[in-house]
Amino acid sequence: MSLMTPTSPEASRHTGPYLQVEDLRVHFETDDGTVKSVDGLSFAVEKGKTLGIVGESGSGKSVTSMAVMGLHTSKNARISGSIKVDGQELVGAPIDVVRRLRGQKMAMIFQDPLSAMHPYYTVGNQIVEAYRIHNDVSKKAARAHAIDMLDRVGIPSPRDRVDAYPHQFSGGMRQRAMIAMALSCDPSLLIADEPTTALDVTVQAQILDLIRDLQREFHSAVVIITHDLGVVAELADDIVVMYAGRKAEHGSAEQLFGEPQHPYAWGLLGSMPRFDRPPTERLLPIKGTPPSLINVPEGCAFNPRCEFSSRVPGERCVTDRPEALDAGGGHRVACHLPTAQRRQIWADEIAPRLA
Amino acid sequence: MILYIIRRLLAAVGLVVVLSMITFAIFYLMPRLAGASPETLATRYVGRSSTGATVEQRAESLGFYDPVPVQYWNWLKGVLFGTDVSTGADTVRCPAPCLGYSFKTQDPVLPEILDRLPVSFSLAIGAAVIWLVLGVSIGVLSALKRGSFFDRAAMTLALAGVSLPIFWTGLLALSIFSYQLGWTPPGGSYTPFSESPLDWAFALLLPWVTLALLFSAQYARLTRAGMLETMSEDYIRTARAKGLPERTVVAKHGLRGALTPIVTIFGLDFGLLIGSAVLTESVFGLPGLGALAVDSTRNNDLPMVLGVVLLVAVFVAVANLVVDLLYAVIDPRVRTR
Repeated sequence: MSLMTPTSPEASRHTGPYLQVEDLRVHFETDDGTVKSVDGLSFAVEKGKTLGIVGESGSGKSVTSMAVMGLHTSKNARISGSIKVDGQELVGAPIDVVRRLRGQKMAMIFQDPLSAMHPYYTVGNQIVEAYRIHNDVSKKAARAHAIDMLDRVGIPSPRDRVDAYPHQFSGGMRQRAMIAMALSCDPSLLIADEPTTALDVTVQAQILDLIRDLQREFHSAVVIITHDLGVVAELADDIVVMYAGRKAEHGSAEQLFGEPQHPYAWGLLGSMPRFDRPPTERLLPIKGTPPSLINVPEGCAFNPRCEFSSRVPGERCVTDRPEALDAGGGHRVACHLPTAQRRQIWADEIAPRLA
Repeated sequence: MILYIIRRLLAAVGLVVVLSMITFAIFYLMPRLAGASPETLATRYVGRSSTGATVEQRAESLGFYDPVPVQYWNWLKGVLFGTDVSTGADTVRCPAPCLGYSFKTQDPVLPEILDRLPVSFSLAIGAAVIWLVLGVSIGVLSALKRGSFFDRAAMTLALAGVSLPIFWTGLLALSIFSYQLGWTPPGGSYTPFSESPLDWAFALLLPWVTLALLFSAQYARLTRAGMLETMSEDYIRTARAKGLPERTVVAKHGLRGALTPIVTIFGLDFGLLIGSAVLTESVFGLPGLGALAVDSTRNNDLPMVLGVVLLVAVFVAVANLVVDLLYAVIDPRVRTR
């Protein structure tokens, strides 16, 4: 496997993270009020690295990815902050400029490959279409490229399968084809939104392996969005834990799995079923439900569900919104508990429960 | 795929047979059930001062004394193999698709119908082209600009278009464009396409537009609903994620997905319209099948009515068949079923 596939000259001009998101806000005006789906989110991904964004449904993960792709078509969407891809600012950029980047520099894999592919066009046709928008090639060359891509994502006898329709593929094959389509223009940024959620467990691992192999091959920056900690443990270099449109915790995979510091992250770990524990033992779910994004709780959004807010002196959890501050080594945590105390709670109370 | 076609074809034939039975029953069986004797039925087809003997003779020659199933069988035999018909003195051979002779004029039914078919067909095809183009494009635009002024105005007009009866819009159009402004020919003018395509289109323009307005409204609403649904599908998001221009997303991915219900309704509408544009034909004085059906019904000319109904049934069945085949063209998932 080569270290790097040749990139276009303009792509190498920029140094620094390939994708840089700063203070991103995505708000939707509705009749019931403003829905703050993403509220001040920052992160960066470099080429060759994988960022995992984890959170419950409605925490703003998918809205973030759609904002990066410029796919919020609703007139009610208000997007502010900064999204830079390869140094180029996307927030406020003309629609056509962002459109040209889509599929070419940044591509996306969706959750359910059956509904994400057009039922009336062949798989090959859809890959050819993706390739020919950004590359001025003949139909014949594009078709050869599509067959090549299907081969690379591990679809057997691609020469025959290229003319099949999505409904003639199995779920895993469809997701492979979806990946082939996303990678057809050799994008440097790949966003995978719950790429394995709709698949059988046996196929999930194959698809994750495939994404990892292709990332090495294409040397792209990957953002993987999931509610499944197992997926990010498998793939991610860095992890952002989101809660109610904000960052709860952000650190390397080692930091987050080795010494998670946010009570919400503890909750997520506790809710994960594990085969190495006796089945009689109960999971430790997070009590309560995710907050409404119209009426986000004052102070820390997690405070109504947090077991530890009583240990913070005063009413800070209810009045002050915690910022994601560096707790050492680039590990950022948005919690009012002092770092030392968080470490202690993890070591004394949480880790033994999970071990 | 061939099996699919054969199955559809058989279903179409069955549909036509059943329809002919129902129509036959309505005109030949129901009067008998209501207590009418063969003679009372026959009185309508003789002169005013006829004697009982001539009425009986007429009833005999029309076959009214036979049981209804036998009458149907004789009629069906005529359609399939042709029949010999006695017109008093001599017998005439009526060849294979024999739909019988008009009770009223004694002329064979089929040539009369075939004579009028081009008129009805011309009316339907022109109107269909206009309403498809108009209805679908308005529907697409409305769906894309949902909630906008255009959308609301178009949908209000569509509602009005569905509600306005054609004998009102038709007469209004005639009085304004033909009689006051003189832009279009007056009612009753029809030039066959083979004589002069230009005159043909010119004479039919007003009926086309009037008829199309009615249907455009339905199609605009149908298209709008379909587009709203498909444009929120996941595969539309995928198409955008590829970087396709919005135009391509709408036309290639959106409209294609919304096409199925439109094609279905269109097939039925078009097949039906050939024999049932009664109001349009009578308002504009067009000698079409709809007008023929109405006149024949008024005259109790059963063979003629039956002939028209059978022909319309054939058209609806054929249109249905074409729709079924188009399904397979549009949606590959149908092919493998």
